[in-house]
Amino acid sequence: MSPGEPIISIADVSKTFGAVRAVESVSLDIGRGEFFSLLGPSGCGKTTLLRMLAGFEVPTSGEISIDGQSMAAVPPHHRPVNMVFQNYAIFPHLNVRANIAYGLRKAKLPRPLLDARVEEMLELIKLPGYGERRSLELSGGERQRVALARALIKRPKVLLLDEPLGALDKKLREQMQLELRALQRSVGITFVFVTHDQEEALIMSDRIAVMAAGHVLQVDTPTRLYEIPNSREVAAFIGNMNFFAARVTTINGRVTTVSAEGLGNFSAPVGESAAATGEAVVVAIRPEKFFLSEHRPDGDGYAIEGVLDNATYRGEQSHFYVRIDGIERAVVVSAQNAKPVLETISDQRRPVWLCWPSEAVVLLNAN
Amino acid sequence: MTPSSYIQRPNRPLRAYALWYLVFLYIPVLFLPLFSFNDSIYIAFPLKGFTTEWYQDLFANEPLFAALINSLKVGAVASMLATALGIFAAKAVTRYRLPGRKPLIGFIMLPLVIPGIVFGVALLILMSRLGVPLSLYTVTLGHTILCIPFAVATLIPRFEGFDRSIEEVSADLGETAWGTFWRVTLPVVFPGIVASLLLCFTVSFDEFIMAFFMSGTDPTLPIYMWGQLRFPDRLPGVLALGSIILVASFCLVFFAHWLRTFGLQTKSAGRA
Repeated sequence: MSPGEPIISIADVSKTFGAVRAVESVSLDIGRGEFFSLLGPSGCGKTTLLRMLAGFEVPTSGEISIDGQSMAAVPPHHRPVNMVFQNYAIFPHLNVRANIAYGLRKAKLPRPLLDARVEEMLELIKLPGYGERRSLELSGGERQRVALARALIKRPKVLLLDEPLGALDKKLREQMQLELRALQRSVGITFVFVTHDQEEALIMSDRIAVMAAGHVLQVDTPTRLYEIPNSREVAAFIGNMNFFAARVTTINGRVTTVSAEGLGNFSAPVGESAAATGEAVVVAIRPEKFFLSEHRPDGDGYAIEGVLDNATYRGEQSHFYVRIDGIERAVVVSAQNAKPVLETISDQRRPVWLCWPSEAVVLLNAN
Repeated sequence: MTPSSYIQRPNRPLRAYALWYLVFLYIPVLFLPLFSFNDSIYIAFPLKGFTTEWYQDLFANEPLFAALINSLKVGAVASMLATALGIFAAKAVTRYRLPGRKPLIGFIMLPLVIPGIVFGVALLILMSRLGVPLSLYTVTLGHTILCIPFAVATLIPRFEGFDRSIEEVSADLGETAWGTFWRVTLPVVFPGIVASLLLCFTVSFDEFIMAFFMSGTDPTLPIYMWGQLRFPDRLPGVLALGSIILVASFCLVFFAHWLRTFGLQTKSAGRA
């Protein structure tokens, strides 16, 4: 997903604040025109990394280059990047037009050209005619758009976005996710997007770097990140996941057979982990890859008998909790409520068959 | 009647207290304008009659006007100096991670609690040791020192109140440190600066002790007024002048306070 030479190259970058190691030896390449997300829980170092790209923090060690040029000695106001801040930071003393045109003073454009650029930006963010509005009169969503226009009018090589949708309500956020993605495609600028919302990162990104405690755990496309996470941490952070302790019994080409607690023996595609025979591994299966059956199903796949212990109704889907002998925690199974659910889901304990296909299994290193 | 909690219940004793408080505070001051219109050089009841004579006399009094001009000059320069220094002090203590920030602020505020007479004597000794002749310049210097705490106290909330990221945005959009200061920091703290100028001006304009020690042959207005008190027949004139200053000071301080709160209110509305 990163064709040609990367526009941002982060090489072994660390940042410490006193005794706190905010970012630890991170190496990343971000491709030209990519929508790249930094995803992680708060305090994982994603914002610090973004601020190092903008130049507001200086790496303790390591090297950042943008468009082939080292950024070590380049202060924020000379970098070919612009940033959209988490709180938007609209200048309170300027109107919308002056906010958007702020960064163009140095360009010394003649007035008509400047006005045209601002109008073009107002069209782009779908706020035409808002030029004379005072910044204090703007709603949250409008402030977010103005902040975006103010950064984009500089035509940066890279746009940095620090949780720009975090302050918006759910409906507006979902709308802005789609708009932002479409906007990025139309302007063709590389976006580096910081978020703690895994769903948001999956929806918007070309590639995602998952971060935790200052480290980058995995850099991958949304589908690969979700379907074949490379570690238990990534698997647990993105979506829901069931984990089972297991041991590799045989390896036969592309197929590994494992023996998992409670689930018995079954085969799995070779995952990211290269485990040897006899080695302990973790088997991970997403709740929606399981299905439940009243009777033992025929055909391919695996099944084990258990007890339906509990169920929760969640609107578009329901979660079922299945007890299996030999497993401490109930296995979570999710199912779409494709048919209307006319009565409360039975939470009566009853026997069920827990079924899964071989492809659903992800093998992870045990640690 | 629904039982209401004591939080909403009006408190009569407290109201009475507040009323008496205001009476004690302002009744003495109100005698000034009252007697300034009294047709007698003696300050005593009963009032003799209404006159504007004392006010008319004021406008013919040239030494008084000279003193007034002196005070305006000193007030203008001292308030500008104190506010300029206050801006940098307030920016420093609110924007940078300074070691010993709290003691530093305490140190800046110290002139507020040091008795004026101590400060005045100290500066007088310093000036005479240095061989600097006393003049309006030395008065201005003394007033600047006295005004700095007022300037800093007015400006710090302004600097603290505004979001640091708007300065970062400015840098991010390609503006230099000075450019950011002129285009963002200064306009945003501007109401605070005006409030500081007005407050410092009032402090300097009313100040007596420091001016008494530091002035040479040119008196400021309070010094001139004090000098006039030795002559009983000049007393009504002083009352008239005092009344004018009272009204002017009230307007200035009220305006300064309004500016300060006005700016802060609009800013917090923007946060919502």
